[in-house]
Amino acid sequence: MNGNRVYVYRAFERFWHWSQSVLILFLAVTGFEIHGAITFFGFHQAVIYHNTAAYALIVLIAFAIFWHLATGEWKQYVPTATHIKAQTNYYIFGIFRNVPHPTKKTALSKLNPLQRLVYFALKVLVIPVIVTSGLLYMLYRYPHRHGIEALNIDTLHTIAIIHTVGAFLLIAFIVAHIYLITTGTTVLSNLKAMLTGYEDAAHMGQHDTSETPSQITDKEVQS
Amino acid sequence: MPLQAISHCFASGSKKPCKAVEHDRFAILQQKFSTPQEITGACISCHNHRHTEVMQSNHWNWEREEYIQARGIVSIGKKNAVNNFCIGAMGNEQSCAKCHIGLGMTADGFSFTDAKNIDCLVCHDNTETYAKGQEMGGAPDPALDLGNIARHVGRPQRANCGVCHFYGGGGNNVKHGDLEQALFEPQRDVDVHMGIDGVNMVCVDCHTTEKHNIAGKLYSLSSMNRNRAMCEQCHTATPHDDDVLNEHTLKVACQTCHIPVYAKVNATKTHWDWAQAGKLRDGKPYEEDDKDGNHTYLSIKGRFEWGKNLEPEYVWFNGTASHYLLGDTYSDTTRPIVLNTLHGSYDDDEAKIIPVKVHRAIQPADPVNRTLIMPKLYADVEGEGGFWKDFDWKRSSEIGMKAAGLPFSGQVAFVKTEMYWPVNHMVSAKGATVQCTECHTRKDGRLASLTDFYMPGRDYSGPVETGGAALLLLTVFGVVAHGSLRAFVAVRRRKGGAR
Repeated sequence: MNGNRVYVYRAFERFWHWSQSVLILFLAVTGFEIHGAITFFGFHQAVIYHNTAAYALIVLIAFAIFWHLATGEWKQYVPTATHIKAQTNYYIFGIFRNVPHPTKKTALSKLNPLQRLVYFALKVLVIPVIVTSGLLYMLYRYPHRHGIEALNIDTLHTIAIIHTVGAFLLIAFIVAHIYLITTGTTVLSNLKAMLTGYEDAAHMGQHDTSETPSQITDKEVQS
Repeated sequence: MPLQAISHCFASGSKKPCKAVEHDRFAILQQKFSTPQEITGACISCHNHRHTEVMQSNHWNWEREEYIQARGIVSIGKKNAVNNFCIGAMGNEQSCAKCHIGLGMTADGFSFTDAKNIDCLVCHDNTETYAKGQEMGGAPDPALDLGNIARHVGRPQRANCGVCHFYGGGGNNVKHGDLEQALFEPQRDVDVHMGIDGVNMVCVDCHTTEKHNIAGKLYSLSSMNRNRAMCEQCHTATPHDDDVLNEHTLKVACQTCHIPVYAKVNATKTHWDWAQAGKLRDGKPYEEDDKDGNHTYLSIKGRFEWGKNLEPEYVWFNGTASHYLLGDTYSDTTRPIVLNTLHGSYDDDEAKIIPVKVHRAIQPADPVNRTLIMPKLYADVEGEGGFWKDFDWKRSSEIGMKAAGLPFSGQVAFVKTEMYWPVNHMVSAKGATVQCTECHTRKDGRLASLTDFYMPGRDYSGPVETGGAALLLLTVFGVVAHGSLRAFVAVRRRKGGAR
């Protein structure tokens, strides 16, 4: 290994990312089967799989939240107005002219301003909405069953529709996300980074406008 | 009971009650009985309080007090109930008595207080030979050996119940659809409980009885949520291994999934058009049958439709019902008059979705007084005004309504009516239940008519679906456009670089 690589995604992060992506895709397939839009596993299996995967995702999210808090990585998602225009301009114009990325990916700032914004919205809005509505969807009968009248939810209607809205937003995100990972330095560099954790340092930082200049090199991480 | 007998009972491994006594050894039964009332006397001489229980039952009284929503406490029974088959029992007691547990019922009246008139044998005969005579006011066929029957009595068998309950409405399976002669000895695929190749249960195994008060009743007459025979008695409210299925039991009755079809063996009547009755050929009444031998037309009754292997319809039901009672007026003629309204909705905590057979009919009504007509149907001879002999609606209506003590304008119209018959029998085996997507489907599911709740797989919000699809399309379009442009630029640049 040459030392010119940057360790961007740590093991837990990669594990979290990939298991989350598998779970969300699986939830999408089973969810839209329950929704009556597609037929794949069979309705009964789809319900069982969807519920099981939902709990698995919730456990994963719990670990991820803990990890983000414990490592301070949560700061990565705090939206910033800086360079947001530059980043937007890059996707609209610069990318076609082979202009370098306006912001630099580092271990301390691996999200560009647009990513920060989108992921922030995902984490504080879409995920909580879909998880909460999903939990209510699964559990709304329980207060009723135990006679807790005050907690009665009379209809699934609102819950189900909110859950569906969340599902559409997540899928739209995934479509865009899968495309946007090809907009790295090379088409595959982002994917490679999320798989191995390392991004070639040669590709990084030529036009660093990020406020977090420090880089953790391969060497440093291993030491 | 001798200890030996007890141990013998349990040693056989049967959980069913075994006979405590052998009636054929009782001295009082070793005689030739000339009237059925003598047998009843002999029964009461030992079972010296049972007759008081019987005389409180609705099998005896043909009526019971019920509380009906918005009506109060009413006595409902054959006297004031109206159905959309033969319409009612009034004036037809002689022939209807064939299915009463009493003896000596005539049009002149019946002593509901004379215990000797209890027909013990019709329910307790274990020889399967007892039968009531035709139009004899409930008395048995005179040719029977009553002594032998009296010496072989016991717990009611399927035949005792079925001889009346399978033939309601004047023929096999006419009324219920799920109770018919095939249940005398059904295979397991017809009814998983009663199958002779299975657990071989009899009616009273579920319709448990305490002091001659039998659990379970039908909502063609019943109005209150009480004394019901429920699957949960044995199966509990959460009988599945799967929690998702168990959750259904909060809103869905067992029968809804476990009785996918009824009238599995013989057809049941689904439509009865009284307006077609009275046509004659060469001045004589006639009948037409379908290929299975079901009447499709009878001059005395009108035109019929039948159905076999029917999918039930589904309604919400909380265990209470209200009834059209004789003399009630109807107001809305644009929709069918429902003779027994089953109450319930999604919002009702007590209500569950149940399967029903809906029997639809067109039957006579008085358009001026806006009441259903109870015509006199049966008559011994022509000229008495019985419709089945004279085919004169006005006359038979006039006589029938007079007997009922109700006004009659002299006009006869025909109105649409509906009756709701909960389907509770012909339970299918575990592997033959209704499948998820028969209800959880976007189009034409079994529960398509129940629209007062959100059901996954069936329901969705139109705007959300459209918006969601548009969002996905836009995203895909954006990605493709952006990607193509990138690819195009990259290729051009490479060529440019090469130049």
